This record gives sequence, C-alpha cells and structure tokens, in this order.
Amino acid sequence: MDPIHEVLGRSAFVSFTATAIALCVGVPLGTWLALGRRRGLRLLAIFLNTGMAIPTVVVGLVVALLLWRSGPLGDLGLIYTLRGMIIAQILIAAPLIAGITMAGLQALPPELPDQLRGLGANRRQLVIRLWLEARVPLLAAAMAGFGHAISEVGAATIVGGNIHGQTQVMTTSIVENVGRGDFNEALAYAGVLLALAFVINALLTSVQQRAAAWARS
Amino acid sequence: MLLATTTSTRDSGLLDDLLPGFEGTSGCSVKTLAVGSGEAMEIGARGDADALLVHSPAAEEEFMAAGHGSSRKLVMHNDFVLVGPAADPARIENAEDAREALARVASAGARFASRADESGTHAKELELWEAAGIEPGGSWYIETGQGMGETLTIAGQKQAYTLSDRGTFLATESLDGELLFEGGRDLLNPYHVIAVRGDQVNGACARAFSSWITAPATQRRIGRFGVADYGEPLFFADAER
Repeated sequence: MDPIHEVLGRSAFVSFTATAIALCVGVPLGTWLALGRRRGLRLLAIFLNTGMAIPTVVVGLVVALLLWRSGPLGDLGLIYTLRGMIIAQILIAAPLIAGITMAGLQALPPELPDQLRGLGANRRQLVIRLWLEARVPLLAAAMAGFGHAISEVGAATIVGGNIHGQTQVMTTSIVENVGRGDFNEALAYAGVLLALAFVINALLTSVQQRAAAWARS
Repeated sequence: MLLATTTSTRDSGLLDDLLPGFEGTSGCSVKTLAVGSGEAMEIGARGDADALLVHSPAAEEEFMAAGHGSSRKLVMHNDFVLVGPAADPARIENAEDAREALARVASAGARFASRADESGTHAKELELWEAAGIEPGGSWYIETGQGMGETLTIAGQKQAYTLSDRGTFLATESLDGELLFEGGRDLLNPYHVIAVRGDQVNGACARAFSSWITAPATQRRIGRFGVADYGEPLFFADAER
C-alpha cells in the first residue's frame, strides 16, 4: 500500500484532469443540443441522458477492451496507466456535464436567444452570454462531473488495475482494504476521500452561490 | 461433522466432488467452513471444528505440538507455477529452480506482478524472493493488491511474470501469458488432514474422514479431479506414497 497522501494526490490529479477535459467536451455538446433545432437532436439527447446513468464498470470494461494490448488501441500502451484512467473518467463525467448543461440552458427564458440575436449578437457572443446566464447550473454540472469521477471504483479498477505506486487511487484502496479485512484502514481512506470531496464542493458551492446572488441583484 | 478448510479446496470444486461419497458411506454429515489456513487452525484449537484440511505445514506442526490434533496425514498437494509472456525475455523456462527463475526475472529487468494482498500465494512469493536473496521493489515490481485472477490478467497485459497456483491459472480465461516454469520442491503446496482432539469434538467422524480421504479409492478420485475440465489434474494425491 502506498502512503495515503500519494494515493490522494493521484485520485485528485486523475479526476481533476478528467473533469476539466469533460467540461471542454460536455458543455459545448450540451449547448449544441439545447439550442439546435435539427430533428436528430432529440434522439441524441436520449442517448446523452442514458449516458448519465451508465454504470461506471461498463465504461471501464469498454475502455479496457479498447486499450488492452490485443485491443484496437493497444499500441498506445495506455492500459493500467493514469492516462487510461483519465480517458475512462472523461467518458463517465462528460455525459453528466452535457446533460446538466443542456437542462440548464433549456431552463433559460425561451425568448432569450432570439432577443440576443435581435440585439446583434453573433453566434459566439450569444453562446457566451447564455453560459453566463446559466452559470449556476454550469457549476453544478462541474461538481456533478467531478463527484462522479472521483467516487467511481469500477472503471478505476478495470482500467487502472490498482497497481501500487502507479495507478492505485482512493476508491480502489478502499476496496483492497475491505478485501483483506482491514476495515479501519478502509474507513480512514473513506474519511479522507469524503474530506476531499467536501473541500472541492465547498469551493465550488461558494462560487456558485456568489454567482447566484449576483444574478439576483 | 464440521470440516474447516481453505478456500482453494472449495473454490476448485474438489470438496463438492468428494464429500457426497464420504457422507454416503460413513453416515457422517459434513459441513464445511472455507477460511484461510490460519483461521481454520484457530477454529480447530478452540474445538469448534472436528477435522481440518489445510496447507500451512509450519503452523500445522505447531498445532500438533500444542496437542490440538490427534492425527495429521498428508493428503495431496497442488503447486504454484510461474507464468509470464510467451517470449520469456528473462529466459526462466530452463532455470534450475524457482529461486533461480525469480533471480533471472530480476536481473533481466523484466516486470513481475505481485498480489501484495497478504494471501497464502503472496506469502509464498515473498518466501521465494527471500530465498533468491532479492528484495523486490521498484517500477518493475507491480503490486496489484488484488486476487489471483485479476493479477494474472494484469500480468498478461503488462507482459509481466507472476506466481500463481496452478488451478487459478488453468481456470482463468483469455489470459495473455504462458506457464513458463513449474516443478521443484519449493513450489509445492501440501495439504494435510488433521483430526482435532477435544472433549466436544466428533472424534469418530473426524477419524473416519481422515482415513477415508487418504484411502486409495478417494486418492484416485482426487488425482482425476479437474482432468475433464482442464486436461490435467488440479491436485496430486500423496497419501499412498
């Protein structure tokens, strides 16, 4: 077993990176689905909402099969690496972020996009304005994505392999400790993981509430 | 009668295969408790089990010396094997013994996957490293903290060597690794049957079980077990020798 701070740092690094990339993918995707008028988009939205509920072990299994040495992406050598885990967590967090983004933008007054266009906003200005209006749900999307990524264990085990000193993260440590009957250690890891989640969410919540208060004033 | 034994005898299906025969002929009904060897002996020492089928020779000898058992007989063994990438970069295939094989892995700078979970197999692996005079550690030494099946899979994907019991190696599917080294005294894993001594112990059934499992007919059945599924036996009968 690795020292707890190393495992914690690894967990935070993997999930932060994955959430950041998932935001870059998920927010534009959710925006496109919320604003688009094309026919196929509703079907895509259903897929997206399914993705929000997909079990993380299923994501892990699929990513592992792709990354395995015998798999189509095996040459990249990403199985049992932190980068492989980040890929899996992006796929876990992105649908959640896109789904909440879509819902947040759709909850804005429906006439808002047309009004902004009427005021002469181009496409880019329009989207940025809408994101600012929807900043409270967008922050919620980031929190949900990060929370989902850092708390999942299925994909981390299958894609990461819980290799000590390399890919062991908080959740897989907890499972390992339970497996060897060391419940005290498992509880200690659980406590630290919860504390990390608390700190991150406290930060994001304070930003979110400040943004909400600013919106009301 | 309560039989305390290790998970390997139950998980392999051996006991399910054997016990109905004993119950039919002896009139003793058997309940099995599958735990680690250490815990099985603790249960026996308390007199809560009537017979033990375990594989931890040093602890067994202590158990007998403390007067907890009335008899101890060799039943069978299974063995550990060294598994690794088909190309065998460390050339362990023609090593003299397991120690030399491990020493070759270390000196070739090849990867080795360890269960690192304080299991019996992990203890065996550490014993072999110590015998080889090597303290494993560093980036070539992959500690998975998981079970045998998972560790075999990870070793296959990482092109690493690993130590596995033969049964799990045979039973794990879609493995990317081959059996490269087997045999030698230090890879043996002997199982003994112990009839527990104690006031509330069902001594008659325990003695009957001990002589039944070492009898020629049962021994032949042990030697055949697994051949149909895996093409080779999982356990080797030893009582006749």
